Formats: sequence, C-alpha cells, structure tokens
Amino acid sequence: MTDRGAAPTLELKDLEVVYRVRGRDRQVVRGVSFTIAAGETYGLVGESGCGKSTTALAVVGYLASNGRIRGGSICVAGRDVVGLSNRALRHLRTNDVSMVYQNPAEALNPSIRIGEQVAEVFRVRGAGREEALERTLQALAKVQIADPGSVMARYPHQLSGGMQQRVVIAMALANDPGLLILDEPTTSLDATVEAEVLDLIQHLQAEFRTSVLFITHNLGVIAKMCERVGVLYAGRLVEEGPVSEVLKGPRHPYTVGLLRCVPRGGARKDRGRLDTIPGFLPSIDEELRACVFAPRCGLAQDICRATEPPLYQITEDHSSRCYFHERAQDLPRTTPPELGQPILVDRSKAPLLAVKELTKTFEQNGRRIHALEAVSAALWPGETLGLVGESGSGKTTFARAVLGLFAPTGGTVELDAHVLPPTLSRRTQADVRELQIVFQNPDSALNRRHAVRSILRRSLKKLAGISGAPAEERLLMLAGSVRLAERYLTVRPNQLSGGLKQRVAIARAFAGEPRLVVCDEPTSALDVSVQAAILNLLVDLQVQRWVAYLFISHDLGVVRYISDRIAVLYLGRLMEMGPAEVVFDGPHHPYTEALLSAVPTIDGGGRARIKLAGEIPSAAAPPTGCVFHTRCHRRIGAICDEKEPPLVEVGPGHLMRCHIPIEELRRLQAQPQEAAQVAGTKQPAA
Amino acid sequence: MSTVATIVQPSEIRIARRETRRQLLRSKTFMAGVIIIAFWVFCAIFGYRIAPHDPLSQAFPQLQGLSRAYPFGTDQLGRDVFSRVLAGARDILIVAPLATLLGVVGGTTIGLVTGYFRGLTDDVISRIVDAVLSLPLIVIAVTVLVALGHSTLTVIVVIGLVFAPIVSRTVRAAVLAERQLDYVSASRLQGERAPYVMFVEILPNVFGPIVVEATVRLGYAIFAVAGLTFLGFGVQPPSPDWALQIADNYTLLGAGTYWWTVLFPALAIISLVVAVNLVADGLARVFGR
Repeated sequence: MTDRGAAPTLELKDLEVVYRVRGRDRQVVRGVSFTIAAGETYGLVGESGCGKSTTALAVVGYLASNGRIRGGSICVAGRDVVGLSNRALRHLRTNDVSMVYQNPAEALNPSIRIGEQVAEVFRVRGAGREEALERTLQALAKVQIADPGSVMARYPHQLSGGMQQRVVIAMALANDPGLLILDEPTTSLDATVEAEVLDLIQHLQAEFRTSVLFITHNLGVIAKMCERVGVLYAGRLVEEGPVSEVLKGPRHPYTVGLLRCVPRGGARKDRGRLDTIPGFLPSIDEELRACVFAPRCGLAQDICRATEPPLYQITEDHSSRCYFHERAQDLPRTTPPELGQPILVDRSKAPLLAVKELTKTFEQNGRRIHALEAVSAALWPGETLGLVGESGSGKTTFARAVLGLFAPTGGTVELDAHVLPPTLSRRTQADVRELQIVFQNPDSALNRRHAVRSILRRSLKKLAGISGAPAEERLLMLAGSVRLAERYLTVRPNQLSGGLKQRVAIARAFAGEPRLVVCDEPTSALDVSVQAAILNLLVDLQVQRWVAYLFISHDLGVVRYISDRIAVLYLGRLMEMGPAEVVFDGPHHPYTEALLSAVPTIDGGGRARIKLAGEIPSAAAPPTGCVFHTRCHRRIGAICDEKEPPLVEVGPGHLMRCHIPIEELRRLQAQPQEAAQVAGTKQPAA
Repeated sequence: MSTVATIVQPSEIRIARRETRRQLLRSKTFMAGVIIIAFWVFCAIFGYRIAPHDPLSQAFPQLQGLSRAYPFGTDQLGRDVFSRVLAGARDILIVAPLATLLGVVGGTTIGLVTGYFRGLTDDVISRIVDAVLSLPLIVIAVTVLVALGHSTLTVIVVIGLVFAPIVSRTVRAAVLAERQLDYVSASRLQGERAPYVMFVEILPNVFGPIVVEATVRLGYAIFAVAGLTFLGFGVQPPSPDWALQIADNYTLLGAGTYWWTVLFPALAIISLVVAVNLVADGLARVFGR
C-alpha cells in the first residue's frame, strides 16, 4: 500500500505552533516532525490538549486567529505551505488536502440540500451544473449511500450521524486529494456505525490511494486503521513507529501508561485495579526544557528533569524520546493492583432493586415513541449491572425511570421489596437518598455558579441530614474518599479539569449512603488515563460501601471491566441479560454478537466484523415480530418477522430473546465468520 | 483546539473577570451612557440645591427667551426652565426604576415557573402572557388608572404588571435551556423542592439575560412614565417633572415661538432614554446575547 520511494505526501519538520493568549505566546506544538508516504495511513494519538488537532489545523492553514506557526516547515507533496498567501492556501485546500471533523452535523450547512452542498465542491473546481450533479451522484454512491438520488434532495438534519459523516467524507474525497486529514471522525458515532465508517474509509483509501492523517484518542481505532503511529504528549512527538510495534512493544513510558489505562483483554474489576498516569498535562504556558513527561513518569531520573532526551532510533522506523526506552515497559504501577476485599454478591437473598415490566411511551408530534417495552431486571447489593446498546436503545430511559425523573407508562420499581412511587416528587426523602446518579458530562452536572464546597454541603444536608459544624468534618472526609484535594473545595466547577469535576459529581452522589448509583456514561467525556482513575474510584467505593451500580456505557471494554452482569437493550427491549463473562464469551444473542464485533480492539484480530444492515429502526414504528429481524445476520425465516421471541433462561442467570436455540447459536458462533451476511442489503429509505 | 486538561488557576479567572470589566470600560458608547445616567442621578439627588433658581417659584417674568439670567428661558407661569430641567429628574428616576424592578421581579418569577414546570402550568400562564402582550401599554395603563384613581404607586404597579409578562418571556427562554442541564436533575434527585431548584440552582445561571432585559425595560419604563405623566395620569403638579413641563407648555408651540419651554425637557427625556439603551447594548455584548 505504501510507496516509500516517491516524495512524501506530508512532511512536517520541527513544527512549532503558538497561541497568543493575553499578550503572551503559549507553545502548543513543540518541534513535531513526521512524514506520511503516499498511500500511507498515519495515526496521531494522545490525550486532549496534546496538540493533535492544532497540528492538523496548521497543515491546512486553519489555525485560530491567535495561532501562529513559529518555526519549522510543513511540506505537502514536496511544497512548503507555511506562509502561503490566502489564495494559494485556498488552492491547496481545493486540490490537495481535505479534512473531516469530529461532528458531521456541524460540518454540513443545515440550510442547503445535500446534493447542492456536495455539488458545490465540483463547481468550485470548474464543473458545470449538470456535470457537478452527475458527479455528486457518483461520489455519494462511492461512500456506499444506498439511494444517492433521494439523499441529494434531503437536508442534513434528515440524515443520521453515520449518513452525515458519509456525506462529509464524500465531499472530502471529491477533489481526489493527496492527503486526507481525519480528526476524530467516528468519536461521536455509535460503535456499530463507527465500524461501518471505518470500513468505508479503509475501502476508499485502498481505491483512491490517498494518504491519511488519522487523529484519534482511541488506541483501538489506531490499531485497526493505521500503519504507523505517532504518540503526542504536550506538543511533543514522544514515540513513533509501526502500529504493531508501538502497541505491542511500546518504548516510551507515556505510551506504556496509555495502554495500561485501557481496560482490555477481558480485564475485570475483581482481578485488580487499572493502572493510571499520575498528575496532569503541563499547562500550555509552562516552559518545558527537560523531558515533557518527566513530572508524571515513574522511571524519571535526574537527567530526565535536566535535559531533553534526544530521539532514540530503536529500529529503522521506530523511535522514542526517552533515555530509558529499553526499560519503558518496566514502568512501575502507580496504583496497587489488589482490591481491599473481594466482591462476593449473594444473590440468594432478596434483591435491592427489582424492576418489573417497566414501559415508557413518549408522545411526540402525535406519534407514540416506544422507548421502553416491559423491561424487567433486578440488582443485588454490591453488584454492577451494565447496560449496553446503541443510542436509542432505551438505556438512559430505563435508568431515569428507575430514578423517578419521569413517570413510566407502565411497570413498577421496587426498592427493598416496597414499590416506589413513580416520580421523585411523590417519593419520600429516605427513598430519594437511596438512589443517586453520576452523569456523563460533569460540565452540565454541576452548577457552574456554585462553589464546590457549597455544592457538597448542600448534598450532605439533603442526603445525609448533616449541617453546621459537623458538616465541615464530613465534607473533608467525603472529599478525601473521592481523592479531591481540599484546595479545590473553594473554587467553582469551571476551574476544575474534567476528571476533578467528575470526582465532585461522584462525591455528591455519595454524600449520603446511597444503595444504588446510576452511572450514565461517567467516563466517556474523559481521557483514558482519567477514565482509569475514575473507574478505580468507583470500584473502591463499591467495595467499601457495598453500593450497587447501574452502569451505562457504549464502551464495551469499560462495561466488561466494571460489570458483574450485563443487560443488552435494543429498541427498548431486553435482548439478553446474564453474567458478564457469559454475555461476552458467548454464545450470545445475534445483536450482542454484532455489537462486540464492531469494537476495534488494541490487540487487533479477534472477531470478524459482522455488518449490521442499515440503522436502528424508529421506535415510533418498531418492526413486527423480533424487533431485531430487520438487521439480524442470523435471521432464520418468517418466524422472526412475525412472532416476537420470548425472553427465556438459556443458562444459569442468562436470559435471551431469540428464536434460535442456544445450542444452535453456540454451533453457529463457533464457526469462522466470513459467511456472515448482511440481511437486508438496502439502507432504509428514511 | 481541544481543551487543555489542567486546572485553571483562580488568578486566571480573576483575570478573565477583569478582562470583562475592561471590555466594558473600553466601550465608548457604554461609558457615554453611564456618564449621562450618572449626571441625571446626581441631578435627581441634588437638583433642587444646585438649581440657580427655585424650580417651583413663579416669581420670574413669564415666557422670557434664553438669556444669561435664564439660560433656558422661563415658562408661561414665570418659572425658570433651566432650574426645572435640573430638578425634574427626581420623580421619573424614582418611579421608572421602581416600576422596572417590580416588572423584573414579577417577570423573573413567572419565567422561572413557566420554564421550569412547562406542561399545563406553562400553557395557561403563557396564554395569559400573550393576551397581555397583545394590548398596547398605554391603553391598559390608562384604563387601570382611571378605574383605580391615580397615584404614583398605581403608576409603578401598572407599569410593573405590564412589563412582567414581557420580561417573563426572556426569562422563560433562558430557563428552558438551563432546565435541560443535568445539574437540575441532580438537584431534584437530592430531594430539592421546586422553589429551591428554581431560585437557588437555576436563577444564578440566567442572571445575565435578566440584567440585560432589566436595562432595556428601564428605557421603556422612562418612556411609559413620561407618557402617562403627559396624559395627566403620572407625576402630579407642582413637580417640575419633564413630562409635566411639556404637558403644561406644549399648547404654546402652536401659538408662537416659545419652543424652549418644551424643547429642553424633551431633550432631557431623550438623553436619559438613549443613555439607558447604550448601557443595555454594552451589557448585552458582554453577556453574549
């Protein structure tokens, strides 16, 4: 695929980018050099704030108005693009470089039809009106949009996220660019849609022989998509090499740390804590003369804090900026792996929470949206029930109905064997205290006008009934239990980093003695090292306080790590529920099987991809029979279309809703997957 | 650019706040508005004392033109227009802000309730609000004042009541956006009652739009008070109020050339309203609306 002989498509040499903030230049990219050969896919990975996006924006000349390239060179196809005039830059963007951003909804103009929008790219390059429309049709067909003619007549908001991203990719490839920059192109998409888009990018790249700069924080995506990878830390390229070498034999402590933070390879909470990277990314106005990672590195010696290490060449194309690159993998753990005590859930006793036939129908513009259909589940003290499924599957609706944020249409929620009133306002304060939540986005979950101290004191008052002088003591204990330093208590949430905000949110949930805490994607807005620390904290709290978690996440690695049991939802129906290992190891429901196969893993290989046909159907008009039959790759016939399968126990504590007998599923799923076929080959029309 | 994963130092926040203040101080139009308002507030407090003549005295020659002794001339009852303009700020600067305050407090409460509860409460109250909004202010005000008899208090209450629905719309829109945020759910999950969630959790976060709306309303309130006074329903004689001066003297405009009796009080009203609106614009820019 890669052609190393010709001039590289992109060559960065000692690139330095600064942002001018309040009259001072703050360096964001510090001397980054790498090259991308023709037809090569190069991954750029690192946590937020490391300078990944800034590097990409510098290449296309889209730096914010206070940003400036202070040094180094950027060559696209052998031509230096630093300091080009606006006109020349426009020419460059028209012909040589395209960029795809994270959020396709923002990349498309909401008031122009798809057809006109894509055709504009051809018009700019000199095509006539008819020709442009003709070529638009072809371009949309290239990105595997099933009915390009009808899509062209629609507005962006009428398309799903995955379809929008396809359109954006079609526009990016319309000028047949030499270099395609993808900045987190699948981060806002569901795992199943992400897998589709990644497949598409791979396919197109092979066809167009485009070079790709792939920016992502997801190491699994890097493993799937890229040939070579560069690891950025604080604006410095700290390690670079072929993907397999870097991921399997990392030679920089930061890369080692990143890889350890991710729960993978079936990691589970009862086998130990996740490792984390201590400390914080240096702020952008710090002068960094020595190794940028030294303050957070367990291997750092005096020399690391005195002078910057050179780039060590480990093999021909694998390099690391670390004096101790040979010992990088011996990086000492920063968190002890052992848990204080084992988690043993006793399910012979009565459950803490029993949800029976919970149903929720929303009325929207005269249509009835069946968000939740008779979902039953139970939770015992000290255990975690993971909820997985695509967006629109009813995970959040389920959790919020349990909490009483809105009244369910049918069904009951029982706590300690007494039925809870449907809404919060009717529940007693004692009931309210038992059920708490940690939200996905700590920015919106904490009142930005209140100081951390007053947020937590109010929680102590309401949830634990403590106020006055004793509250101050409890406040410090509470902050200590979530490892929140005392100095953060006086500030407002917007002065804290994402991880610290999430600790405040957890502290609030644990101010009383909650019995059940809903965790609604609590780590998905966080970087992996912070995610690991938050997961460790949640597990520690669970072990100490015997609290049960209802854990919602789209990250199956995280769900597997923290959950004892897992429930798989699809279109508001429970498709499968069982012990975590059983659900993950199979035999699984065909939907679970497809979900699992969609996740790109760092270790690569593993499962063959099962392509789910089309998108999740509308909950306003769910399919007849088994709701999954329209997309199921194992559909056995008319029975699937006509009759809804019952939820039956197929093993100890393992429930499944499928017409195929478990033994048959076991046999089918043991076979290699190449024959897995797409059931309905057409994209749904609307 | 992605966000930097570090703690912002408290000093940085202070710098940001200072930046906001500096931005306001640098804005020429905002500062011009502040200076004009400050001048009239000064006059409202000390107007009687700094006026060259007694504003209420009728001891001077009638309908004198501009001269050194009477810079703005005298009116038909022989009162010094210049002194009356200086002293005339007092009543309107008491009545209009109080009416605005009443309107903003009432409107904020209605806005919080309709935005927070939505549903039937919102539907019913919002329809009433729409009905009130569809009637011209002066018509309602005159009707009520005729029915209840006029006093300064009634003027304040009437303008406040008419403004409340207008303010409530702005507040409701801001509350609807805030209500979606998770901290509201988190607060309810602690067992907080609705008034606490509305006034302690949500209110501080919608303060920016409320301040801007209040300033805009103040401009309208000055107009409304002046209009009612002119019609005889507002401030009562013998106050040297600007609108009263205009009411007393506007008939002379037709008769001849006694323009100064009307022009100077009119300019005073205009300058105050324009100044209030300049300040409102400046605040709106800073609060990002």
